[in-house]
Amino acid sequence: MSDKDEIHLKGYYTGDIHNQFVPEHYNPKNRKLIWRTFWILLLITIFEVSISFTSISKEILLYTFIALTLVKAYYIVGYFMHLKHERYTLIYSIVLPFMLIIYLVSMALAEGNYIGLWDKFFG
Amino acid sequence: MSSDAATLNQARKLIWGGGTSPFGVSWGKMYMWIFLVSDAFTFSSLLISYGTLRHRFAETWPKAGDVFTHFPFVHGHVPLAYVGLMTFILIMSSVTMVLAVDAGHRRQNKPVAIWLGLTIIGGLMFVGSQAWEWYHFIEGTEHGAYVLVDGSVAHPIEGNPHALRLADHSIVTDEAKVNSILKGSREIHGANLTENEYGNPLFADFFFFITGFHGFHVFSGVVINFLIWLGVLNGTYKKRGHYEQVEKTGLYWHFVDLVWVFVFTFFYLV
Repeated sequence: MSDKDEIHLKGYYTGDIHNQFVPEHYNPKNRKLIWRTFWILLLITIFEVSISFTSISKEILLYTFIALTLVKAYYIVGYFMHLKHERYTLIYSIVLPFMLIIYLVSMALAEGNYIGLWDKFFG
Repeated sequence: MSSDAATLNQARKLIWGGGTSPFGVSWGKMYMWIFLVSDAFTFSSLLISYGTLRHRFAETWPKAGDVFTHFPFVHGHVPLAYVGLMTFILIMSSVTMVLAVDAGHRRQNKPVAIWLGLTIIGGLMFVGSQAWEWYHFIEGTEHGAYVLVDGSVAHPIEGNPHALRLADHSIVTDEAKVNSILKGSREIHGANLTENEYGNPLFADFFFFITGFHGFHVFSGVVINFLIWLGVLNGTYKKRGHYEQVEKTGLYWHFVDLVWVFVFTFFYLV
């Protein structure tokens, strides 16, 4: 390993993390990206509200809404909260625990079918 | 050992060997993320329990489009318009917040103060809108509804005083039958924690609890943003040389917006 590599790694991993964003490296495209994200979020929301008044079947609407909500969540967390541009260790530490939520949703909906059945038949 | 492997080993030592953040963020941001993940789990649990009971009581669950139909200065029914506006306000305040963070990256004190100030105004507008929404939900409609002896809710049908829509959405028009159904019933207006004009009382419970919990988050966010804003005006972060504090409160603010996106979908759209 050359000295150059070491300096490079040190600079990358041990640089002053409070100064993660130094003005000299500021990318003027950032602001454009912010407004692009805003338009995406706004258009998705308008689309959602407008299709909620159509006569598309409830089932299709439900899955469309959930999918679009996850898209919006991706843009908010990825761009507004900057997670997309963080290091992978951080991204996975934050995103992976939410697999448990998917598991909880599946269990809770199954359970929802049975709540109150006892009262219904034996109450 | 090849030179690649040596580089890798050296890198591992540098990343995980201590003295640095393996996550590439400062401890303050790391803690904010940990808090937000735990808070996200709290909100998920609330929304999942809402979903479970809604799934169970689907037949008596009110449609949000029938409940939230008010819009300021507009008479008649405008379903979802007001909550759409609230969503727009919150997304907009998220944009002003991210612009404040962005100005912080450029170390420009004045734009940070302006954008953060606008974020605070957006937050206050949202909390105010929510108060207005709660007021109308608690107040209810003019014609109200009847709580029958068995606890279910029946609605009068507009334009026909002798017709009723029962909890299972069936319609009764026979006058004698309507009178016997209404025997011992109570007229109610609006919703509270024990009864709900619009249908199942659990809907009202979850509405008050989840939007209340979210609204309290927004309120806390406004207070935190305001304190940071005072710091910006005071030049504290300019002297410190970085605006990480704005980034941290920004993370929290975007999270509040993120939660609203889910509340909006599961409470109003679905």
